[in-house]
Amino acid sequence: MSMQTVGRLSQPVVTGTSDCVTVSGSKGLLQREDLLFEVGAANQTGVDLPGLKNRSDRLGGVRRAQPLQLAGLSEPQAVRHYVRLSQKNYAIDLGLFPLGSCTMKHNPRLNEKMARLPGFANIHPLQPESSVQGGLALIDELADWLKRLTGMPAVAMSPKAGAHGELCGMLAIRKALEVRGELASRRRVLVPASAHGTNPATAIQCGFTVDEIKADARGRVDMADLELKLQQTDDIAAIMLTNPNTCGLFETDIKAIADLIHAAGGYFYCDGANFNAIVGRVRPGDLGVDAMHINLHKTFSTPHGGGGPGSGPTVLSDALAPYAPLPFVERTEAGLRLVENDCEESQHSFGRMIAFHGQMGMFVRALAYMLSHGGDGLKQVAEDAVLNANYIQVRLKTVMTPAFSGYCMHEALFSDAFTAEGVETIDIAKALIDEGYHPMTMYFPLVVHGAMLIEPTETESKQELDRFCDVMTDIAARASRGHDSLLTAPVNAPVKRLDETQAARRPVLKWQPPVNEAIAAE
Amino acid sequence: MRYLPLTDQDRRQMLATIGAASIDDFYEDVPVSARLSGAIEGLPSHQGELAVERHLSGLASRNRTADDGPFFLGGGAYRHHVPASVDMIIQRSEFLTTYTPYQPEIAQGTLQTLFEFQTQVAAMTAMDVANASMYDGSTACAEAAVMACRVTRRKKVIMSGGVHPHYAAATRLLCEAQGIEVIQLPPAIDGELDLIESVNDDTACVIGQSPNFFGTITDLSPVSEAAHANKALMVSVFTEAVSLGLVTPPGEMGADIAVGEGQSIGGALNYGGPYVGLFACKDKLVRQMPGRLCGETVDADGQRGFVLTLSTREQHIRRDKATSNICTNSGLCALAFTAHMSLLGGVGLEHLARLNHEVACDLADALGAIEGVEILTPRFFNEFAYRIPKSAGPVLEKLLAKGVVAGVQACRLLPGQGLDDVMITSATECNTPDDIAAYAAALKECLS
Amino acid sequence: MPIFYTKDHEWISVEGKNATTGITAYAAEQLGDVVFVETPDVGLKVAKGQDMAVVESVKAASDVYAPVGGEVTKSNEALADAPETVNDDPEGEGWFVKLTLSDPSELDELMDAAAYKTFCENA
Repeated sequence: MSMQTVGRLSQPVVTGTSDCVTVSGSKGLLQREDLLFEVGAANQTGVDLPGLKNRSDRLGGVRRAQPLQLAGLSEPQAVRHYVRLSQKNYAIDLGLFPLGSCTMKHNPRLNEKMARLPGFANIHPLQPESSVQGGLALIDELADWLKRLTGMPAVAMSPKAGAHGELCGMLAIRKALEVRGELASRRRVLVPASAHGTNPATAIQCGFTVDEIKADARGRVDMADLELKLQQTDDIAAIMLTNPNTCGLFETDIKAIADLIHAAGGYFYCDGANFNAIVGRVRPGDLGVDAMHINLHKTFSTPHGGGGPGSGPTVLSDALAPYAPLPFVERTEAGLRLVENDCEESQHSFGRMIAFHGQMGMFVRALAYMLSHGGDGLKQVAEDAVLNANYIQVRLKTVMTPAFSGYCMHEALFSDAFTAEGVETIDIAKALIDEGYHPMTMYFPLVVHGAMLIEPTETESKQELDRFCDVMTDIAARASRGHDSLLTAPVNAPVKRLDETQAARRPVLKWQPPVNEAIAAE
Repeated sequence: MRYLPLTDQDRRQMLATIGAASIDDFYEDVPVSARLSGAIEGLPSHQGELAVERHLSGLASRNRTADDGPFFLGGGAYRHHVPASVDMIIQRSEFLTTYTPYQPEIAQGTLQTLFEFQTQVAAMTAMDVANASMYDGSTACAEAAVMACRVTRRKKVIMSGGVHPHYAAATRLLCEAQGIEVIQLPPAIDGELDLIESVNDDTACVIGQSPNFFGTITDLSPVSEAAHANKALMVSVFTEAVSLGLVTPPGEMGADIAVGEGQSIGGALNYGGPYVGLFACKDKLVRQMPGRLCGETVDADGQRGFVLTLSTREQHIRRDKATSNICTNSGLCALAFTAHMSLLGGVGLEHLARLNHEVACDLADALGAIEGVEILTPRFFNEFAYRIPKSAGPVLEKLLAKGVVAGVQACRLLPGQGLDDVMITSATECNTPDDIAAYAAALKECLS
Repeated sequence: MPIFYTKDHEWISVEGKNATTGITAYAAEQLGDVVFVETPDVGLKVAKGQDMAVVESVKAASDVYAPVGGEVTKSNEALADAPETVNDDPEGEGWFVKLTLSDPSELDELMDAAAYKTFCENA
């Protein structure tokens, strides 16, 4: 069997009764809150709508047979419901959120205000072009920033997230191979073992096969292994490489890698997840990259929103630009226009990935962020992000085990070598929760045992970093002694460790009315 | 720089602690030829809030908004009223500025709302189970097609001519990349049942839409029966989620997978995004479903709690064997959907849907009374197609000049199909009788 | 009945031309709590090393390979409702598939219990 056994599931450690039992189920400011279906009532509604005329309909009998049984809430109930639930979430606005490879930076509120201007939020994607010239101009201006910052000649704006940008880049590569008449023979995509899981998944989605390249002892691509793989055959379609990579390191041999892959007839897809480390200081276009997605929700501060929506514009080299997806904005003498369908300008386009034109709401936020920082400020962003990460690495290197020697880029990676028997990365993560922090990324990248990947971002002050390092130092000391307090953590969170095994073995994926619960309990 | 807390003194101290001479030390691995010597050409310097606001407001002011006059555009994105409290809820810091709930102990807020979202979507579509959302309706449709191929181990997808053309394009793209054949029937205003003839025993799924791109609503049950007789799956698509309050939902028509766009509930028009894809299916298919799922469980004290579950289907664990490369949902849009739906409740959604239908019937009556206008859609919810004796594109521009956004010409999305004289128009609760009168009057002038 | 082991942590217990296979106790322990098992349809013909089943724990999903070539005669359908059996009794009640062997000589390339024990200790 193929076995991958990194990580440990979150298993509840039975701790008996909770130390603080209340009649209400609330704990001070933290209010107990049931599901909205338990709070609300079937005939309740919090929206006052005009009356119906009960005129004859034109449904032709195609009507819902069963009335929709869904509880509603009045406005006060709804506001309270969601405010109470919100308080069970950690957030950047509450404290440092050191999730490696996620770039959890401050989300400026100006961005939110600008995205809500009716001229952006209340325009329809199919309005006549003459009525949305400001919207097209915004897309064009953001595209211009992205091209300049990356040193790439073209950008596809429609991808809806990072992984969708990967799909865009790989589909462009696929199309280029098809035009070359080599799609049938070039099937293999090289992906480093340290890659984010979306990379191999994307390659497969595009119909390629995945071949893993080893990492060397310095956490970089093993050049000997790469050369070997390139020598063997001429079936290479592309390499997918993250730079800075998922170990938080710049790929020293990146230009040599680009040259090798190009000489082998393949393309270089760069995963831009970690662009925050180099924005304004290094342009991917100068490194031989053919395609790279940019997570506007990482480097350019659009909010993560609890897991989306993101946005993943994808820059393309001259070699891939002709294959960019529809639609795209074109400058003409009569103004800006959208090229939406097959026509002369789009004759090589690989097609359309989505309905409409992309994540406009995110474009506005990202452009507000870029304009606020300017070219000078963005360079400072990268430098402060890298400085903060190196500061954390140095402050923690004696109490934890750095995965690699030398400076890091924007994130510091540690292994679990310093922990005592029985204490794992997950226990350290849960102990951080008790101290009021969101944990770092754990068990990723896969190439480091018990990996802990810490990315502070540039929006943390030195005081915040020091406070975090003090906490981490204490937890690390307990972890290396094998202290029991780590195994029961968290005890200060709204809930304790959750039984993920039960959730997966007997999936309960929606609320059922109590009558069904009673039957199930029998 | 207002977003950067480090002072120059901090930077010096930190460099000293690290033992680095300058920031440049950290970039020593960058090839010399790729090190930028100065600022990137053509980028302005940093600016204060006021200047940024002025610039962006200037761009925004060049757009005609949906509130600037009578507005009847649909075609996959719909103008609805969103209660004020919905925006307040999604702007809560704890929802707005948090990440995917990978640490469930401090993400119960997000997880519980996702569980509520899944419950609502399953009920609205009348399906067994829904996921925590997709990027949008079009990508949900594409993922449904490849999921059907995984489940049936077949490689042929048949799509009706009423599927939204952008959804069809996104589906073709993803399928063809995976060697899946897609057969699309020619555009048809009332042709969903044509799928019955096309299905056979190598079909993985049939994809039908109701209400379809032309607004036509169809009971797809006979299509489901034909699909199931051939051991194929039925994928039922919708682009207007409000219709689920009144029109036969996918689960009542035998759908195996239901996908659609959720923007209508809680979402702004946003010039096309971000939106929220809805994805629901039958219980037995759940382990082949793409995207995130939230499930109920208990914590160490036995309290109810929620976690992301069945995540072994996903890319971060399955890597090259994942069901999809998707790594996000459309979290905040899903929250807006759930908040708006919880305010509506089942009764509110039904009322809203009936209201939409009544306004659309009024509009059809008003437009149908104009000489030369032929209403083409036989049965509709809040959107319909009509034919005029002229090319639709120039008429739309003329109507715009009269202050009316009247809809979209079918040939904008379906060029070269002989649909130049067909308009698609939509009415919602936002349209007043005055809007309808203004639209009818302006159209009459344009056609005379 | 002789039992053989693969480097991919499957076991196979052989009786004449018939065999029962599953994943080893070592593998079950490494995976952690098994939450889902998918076994193949009866009649499936597999080649040695071909994936024939899927086992999922909370943290990993793994393919289970055929230790030798053959045709599936029975699948352990009980695992669908009780995946924990794989953890409780991996080399007994937690079996995955029964096969008829197409080429018994393929068994020669597998390890015996002692060799497998050494293999795991060195893993």
